Parts: sequence; C-alpha cells; structure tokens
Amino acid sequence: MVRLAPGFDADEQELDPHLNAASVNALHEARRQDHNIFRFYLSYMNRAAHGDLGTSLSLGQPVRTLLLDRAPLTLRLLTTGLALAWVLSLALALSAAWLRLSIFDTLTTVVSGTFLCIPAAVLALLSVLWNVPGSLAIALIVFPHTYRYARNLLVKAYSQPHVITARAKGLAEPRILFWHVVPVVAPQLLAVAGVSVSMAVGAAIPVEALCGLAGIGQLAWRAALARDLPLLVNITILVTLVTLLANSGADVIGHMVRGQES
Amino acid sequence: MNPWQKLACAVLALVLAASLAANWLAPAGYAKQYREATDAPPSRAHWLGTDDVGRDRFARVLYGTRISLLLAPAAALLSTLMAALIGGLAGYLGGIWARIAMAVTDLFLSLPWLFLLITARALMPLNVSPLVSVLVTFMLLGLLGWTTAARVLCTTAGVLRSSDFVRQARAAGLPGQRLFWVHVMPNLRPVLYAQFWISIPVFILSEANLGILGLGVAEPMPSWGSLLKELEGLVSVGEEPWKFVPLILLVVVVTSFQLLLSRQEEVAA
Repeated sequence: MVRLAPGFDADEQELDPHLNAASVNALHEARRQDHNIFRFYLSYMNRAAHGDLGTSLSLGQPVRTLLLDRAPLTLRLLTTGLALAWVLSLALALSAAWLRLSIFDTLTTVVSGTFLCIPAAVLALLSVLWNVPGSLAIALIVFPHTYRYARNLLVKAYSQPHVITARAKGLAEPRILFWHVVPVVAPQLLAVAGVSVSMAVGAAIPVEALCGLAGIGQLAWRAALARDLPLLVNITILVTLVTLLANSGADVIGHMVRGQES
Repeated sequence: MNPWQKLACAVLALVLAASLAANWLAPAGYAKQYREATDAPPSRAHWLGTDDVGRDRFARVLYGTRISLLLAPAAALLSTLMAALIGGLAGYLGGIWARIAMAVTDLFLSLPWLFLLITARALMPLNVSPLVSVLVTFMLLGLLGWTTAARVLCTTAGVLRSSDFVRQARAAGLPGQRLFWVHVMPNLRPVLYAQFWISIPVFILSEANLGILGLGVAEPMPSWGSLLKELEGLVSVGEEPWKFVPLILLVVVVTSFQLLLSRQEEVAA
C-alpha cells in the first residue's frame, strides 16, 4: 500500500538546491533496490536475521534503537491499562452475577455502553484534560468490551444447575467461584484476554499520539504520516507478532485448562 | 421492538431529519465566518457559539452530522457487499477458495483495526479537496471493514453448502451460479443485515478517531471527527461545556445504533 500511495518514491532531499545532478542520481540509486518488492523483503529478512532492522527514513536513526527505546513505555502502558481494564471488568461482572440486582446490572451496562460509544481518541483527549495517566484511557477503551463478555459468561455460569445446587447446599461463595465457575468460564475468558491485547495495542496509537507519550504507538503514528517504509514494516510485523502471541498464548492456556478439566 | 428500541428509532429519525434540514435550520452554511465573534459563547445568534475562526458551531454540527450519518451507512453497505461477495462465495465454494479467502481475512484481522485504518489513511493523499477527503475516508472504511463480516458469512455459507436443501437442488441439476444467487444468498440475508448494522456505529467511531488525529475529513467541511478535534484545545471541562455537544450527540447516536443492533441480532438468530 505504501508503494501505491502517491509520492512514495519522492525524497525531500532532492529539492535541496545545493545538490548537483550526481548527488541526486546517488539518492535515486540508493533507493533503487527498494523498487522491487521481492528484493526489498528478501533483503529486509536477510538483514533482520542479522539484527539489522534498517534505518528510519524520517528520523534518520536505526529502527532497532527506536523500537528498543520506546518499547518499555508502551509495554508499561499496555500492561497497566489491560490490568486495570480486567480488574474493573471482573469486579463489576462478578458483582452483577452475585448480586443479581437489575438496577446494578442496568447501571453497569449503561456505564460500559457509554464508554463503548466514545471514540478512543476522545478518551485520550479527556485523559490529557483531566491529567490522568494514559494507561487509564487504555483501560477505559478496553473495559466495555471485556466487561460485556465477562458479565455474560459469569451470569450464564452462575445460572448453571450445578452452581445453583452448590448454592442450595450452602457452599461458601469463594468455593463456588473457584471450584465451579472459574473452570467453566476460564477458556472463554482467556480467549477474550487474547483479543483484548490486540484492542489495547490499537488504542495505544491515539493515546500515545494525543497524550504526547513517546512510545511505539506514537512512533507508528509518525511513521504512517511520514510514509516511513522501514519503520512501518517493522512496526507492522511487531504488532502482528504481539497479536499472534497473545491469541496463541490464550489458546494454549485455554487448552491446558480444558485438559485439566477433562 | 421494545420501548428502548422505539426510542432509539425516534432519536435517529430526529437527528437525521435535523441534519437533512441543515440548509433551512442554518442557512448561512458551515463555512461562513463571523470574524467579529470568534470563539464566542452560545447566544441567540449562535446557539452553540462559534469556533476559533468564527464559524457557527450549530451549523457545523448539523452539516457534520449529515455527513457522518449518510456516509457511515454507505461505507457499511460497501463493506457488507464486499463481505457477502468474498465471504459468501468462499464459504459456498469451500475447499481451497475458502482457505485462501480466510487466509487474507486473517491477515487483515491480525492487525488492530485502528492501526490498520490510521496507517492506510495516512498513506492516502491528505492535501486534497474536502469532498475528496470525505470520499477517501469513508471509502477506506468500507474497503477495510469487510473482514470480520466476511469471516461470519464464510462460516454461514459453508453450513448452507452442506445443508439438505442445497444438496437436493444440486442433485436436481441446478447450475452452481443459480444455486448461489437463488438459494444461498437469500438465506444469508439476516446475517448481512446484522453485519450492516454492526458496521455503522463502528465506522462512525472510526471516522471520529481519524478526524481527531487529523486524518479525516478536510477543512472546512465538518464531520464529527473534525468537530471533536476542538476538545484538544480545552483547558477545563466546565469552562466551555457547549464544546461537548458534538460528543454528546455522537454518544446518543451510536447508543441508538447499538440498541437497534440488539434487535437485528435477535432477527439474525
């Protein structure tokens, strides 16, 4: 897509009046190997195998350094945001399943529904306005999705005959939860957890871009605007790998839980 | 239809009617500047005040609503048609075709929606006329937003392919093309309707995200995204609460679509 975009092959440096024809030709020559898409990716994979991820065209720095410098902030933002979202979702979903009060259920559904209808970028702007950390914005972007799934799964699990029987026999709530509900809902909740990582990664872009946080999300945003192909390729591969790892990890753990059950 | 869904319908009808009547409700238009009253608070002349270059905010909200409310369903229609064609056909044909279509779909789905959208939009020309920017933005939403629906349709069409009535029709010698259009597609209709309704609020929110990041509809044409960009300059919430009107309207409209969506899901089920 970058190749098809208008102005892909243009270079600002060519407009420099101090450069003579030979220098402009040298710039053309330097970019020539990128013209063939197969050659570009072969060369990229060969260099990547040796730890060289190329140099950013817009920032003039090695991509590897840029990613390594910014990864800790994004990682911290994502882990805190996801942890907050899941704690809030599970706490509210468990309360909804335990209390079975229609007013509580309606209230939490309205709150989560409202957050679902607010664009991620607006939540990022509001976090700047109220001076709250960006991780809270990520948590509020992910929370409505995770809450809806968690609430539906837990309410359904608590209405299963074996849970009702356990309650009727006077089993303590923590025992019912950990022995009779968690094994039922864990595989599906884990699958949602995998998907929530992808949501958080997507949310990190507007949050970092609008909150002025120098993470990988902001880097992706700048790379897209500058049409910085080496940076975009690496960030796309990184994001795909994170999504793949999160979903595969969730699947593997889900299978393990199911295996233990059977 | 429950009372909440009836209310949602009424709200959407009212908002759509108001936006379509923008030419009469705000005859001066969305681009007219009142240079003697820039960044003015609400008044009798300007119900929602003016923006930093003196344009009437009420007029911009009406025209912006019209753009978002008319073009998001258009983009949803495009993505649903693409999903029907790619997912429906792949599911009906099965085998290698279904595997290829699902591999392409998975490739798209492996990237977070917002990341894909921002990257793709940033690669399109940004310095274009407002009308072209509107078309590019919503066209892109339609062209990229078909994947989830295609996955659902591929599975549904796969189930239909091995159903008794399709097997019987095939055994009776009905040509494959006719079988697809006469027997498979009509049975995909409820799923298509549901996917169409799911896409509308998603596209409205996506356009808003793009607009806030400066990648949406170009100035001076308004859209919910460009109107929400104004929140960037706010110092406190209580200072200029009228600037939150586009956000409240967006939340109300998207909530109404979500309420109607539950009705569509009931029908599809």
